[in-house]
Amino acid sequence: METITLTIDNKKVDVPRGTTILKAARQLGIDIPTLCYMELHDMNIENRPAGCRICVTEVQGRRNLAPACATKCEDGMVVKTHTTRVLNARRTVMEFILSDHPKDCLICPKSGNCELQSMAHKLGIREIPGAEIAAMSTYRKDTSPSIIRDLDKCIMCRRCEMMCNDVQTVGALSAVNRGFMAAVAPAFEQNLEHSPCTYCGQCVAVCPTGALTEVDHTPEVLRVLADPTKTVVVQTAPAVRAALGEEFGMKPGTLVTGKMVTALRALGFDYVFDTDFAADLTIMEEGTELLDRLNRYLKGDKTARLPILTSCCPGWVNFFEYYFPDLKEVPSTAKSPQQMFGAIAKSYFAEKIKVNRKDLVVVSIMPCLAKKYECQRDEFSVDGNRDVDFSISTRELAAFIKQANLDLNNLEEGEFDAPLGESTGAGVIFGTTGGVIEAAVRTAYEIHTGKKLDRIDFTELRGLEGVRQAAIDFDGLEVRIGIAHGLGNARKLLNDVREGKSQFHAIEVMACPGGCIGGGGQPLHHGNSEIIKARAAAIYEEDRKKPLRKSHENPFIIKLYEEFLGKPNSEKAHHLLHTKYFEKKKKIIVKQ
Amino acid sequence: MSSIKIELRQEDVSKIKEICASFNNDPQELINVLHKCQEHFGYLPAEVQEVISTELNVPVAKIYGVVTFYSFFTMTPRGKHPISICMGTACYVRGAEKVLEEFKKELGLQVGQTTPDGKFSLSSLRCVGACGLAPVVMIGDKTYGRVAPDDVRNILKEYENY
Repeated sequence: METITLTIDNKKVDVPRGTTILKAARQLGIDIPTLCYMELHDMNIENRPAGCRICVTEVQGRRNLAPACATKCEDGMVVKTHTTRVLNARRTVMEFILSDHPKDCLICPKSGNCELQSMAHKLGIREIPGAEIAAMSTYRKDTSPSIIRDLDKCIMCRRCEMMCNDVQTVGALSAVNRGFMAAVAPAFEQNLEHSPCTYCGQCVAVCPTGALTEVDHTPEVLRVLADPTKTVVVQTAPAVRAALGEEFGMKPGTLVTGKMVTALRALGFDYVFDTDFAADLTIMEEGTELLDRLNRYLKGDKTARLPILTSCCPGWVNFFEYYFPDLKEVPSTAKSPQQMFGAIAKSYFAEKIKVNRKDLVVVSIMPCLAKKYECQRDEFSVDGNRDVDFSISTRELAAFIKQANLDLNNLEEGEFDAPLGESTGAGVIFGTTGGVIEAAVRTAYEIHTGKKLDRIDFTELRGLEGVRQAAIDFDGLEVRIGIAHGLGNARKLLNDVREGKSQFHAIEVMACPGGCIGGGGQPLHHGNSEIIKARAAAIYEEDRKKPLRKSHENPFIIKLYEEFLGKPNSEKAHHLLHTKYFEKKKKIIVKQ
Repeated sequence: MSSIKIELRQEDVSKIKEICASFNNDPQELINVLHKCQEHFGYLPAEVQEVISTELNVPVAKIYGVVTFYSFFTMTPRGKHPISICMGTACYVRGAEKVLEEFKKELGLQVGQTTPDGKFSLSSLRCVGACGLAPVVMIGDKTYGRVAPDDVRNILKEYENY
């Protein structure tokens, strides 16, 4: 590719033709401020509406200021990024944005982690001229089971719209209205609940302000922890331990499993358990289901539907229930690990400790916002008592730990409680794209062939490409596997399934880019995909360190089947650990 | 936004499909499709947007975004007698705003609204090309020139029995 040379702030830089001023400057270590712009380059995700105009720069010979995010470099160009004219323009732009923004930073859920707030600080804004007479939008708040929308705080960066439409292809959100009332909303400004929203939370993950936040369940958790009649059990999802440390200033990719356990115990949970245990259980059920369908299929049974699709991800479940209801018999019927955990905790474990399920409270710590919705689904409760009572995100847990005057950095390493805290490396890798299917392969291979696996790491299933495929040799039988992360990528594979063109035997789908490590409930990445890569590396490191790395070798899983469930896919296992899917009818409700 | 829940009849759905098909169900043609649909129905209720969404394979949120962005598109049905007050430069300097205020007062409407009985709707537009008659008001196809605020009541009287 042709290389061109330009000068930015008196420094020369060589870049390929087509590079933007913003990227060329970054190459020189010059960080031009941006607000609407966001890039996750490892996942080919870019938001570049060139709408906010914070990134303007002065280009010699050009009459007006040039937005760095959208202006391509030219050979011999001379760019200045911090002239008086530029700084004044930036400040004016910021003052205009702030004039139409609520000034309630003190009590905003995003305070301290808000890109708008940081930008106002960086630009040294000390007053907002005309703020008292400026027009403001007046939207009501919309609270769904997972996500809160507070549109008066929307600055029209349109990152959420890009995630929802271009990356996830969900199409719940779009820019609507004009002028001061311009905001991002579902069709007819209905609530999210009446839109195709899957609650994947990727809009929340990229929102620079407090316009999109999660529903906070910590007050409820605090209440049950203070109630002496309740036994409170907590489960932690695999991706949480690879990200929680970031909220305490640790380097991305720092594993905090032991410190997290200590913190949870200090918060007052009676039993600190691990969703990874339930992930091992999921593999037993889902892996068995895969082999069963595969064997029936190979014997010519036309009722055996292949490919089997993983069903751990609630955002993904919502997606196919809405967009592919005709395929609702295709995914595995296995519940997600969160819900398997709840079902086992409130049956097997409740019996063991002789506590009525109504007095046993199950809290989950999840990297995910859709899990909040999932635990509220009708089919996951018994007589109105939910299997999982509350689900809080990694971010909420961090805030909760800080409120308890604890610093994760200073805590001892703790151990999970038995029996629902024991897990294998296979359960850990559920937290990253490709992990569920790799865990399934480790177990399904040994069950199918009766032989021991020579290698445990299936690196061909790993990585960050949006759609990946691999063929695994099951001792003569080639098992073809597809992997998609991000719902737009999943849609591609699903369209093939619908048209009967899919060549795969099994497909893993995770709704969020990167899998759960990039979930909507994780510490905010602020557009840095290196963070997501570091978390993935941490997950694989935890897997490598585990003495047991195949789900079927987990001694507590073996015991659970012996004592309680019988064998995988038994009637009892079906009753407790499997579910069914529903068509999400499109409801047209017009605003009153 | 007022509530307009309409039931589309089968022939309405067929008409929308026909319009979409005439543009090869091309998502790029969304604005042209919306123009044609508004021409046919007089406005673009939610249900019409839903059908277009399915036909063009565009999320309905996007369509709603376009409808609310361009002021020409409306989700409110126009009245039997749509009143348009020209707010072009010539009309404006000769007092169109006062005329508009008078219509608002007489009908109890804001611009973009329709009377509950569906008789009148009120809109403002830019230059109808009759500047010599400024200020100009149009009701349906009929043009009224040199309108003064005092004339408004008499003009509306003409429609008493229609």
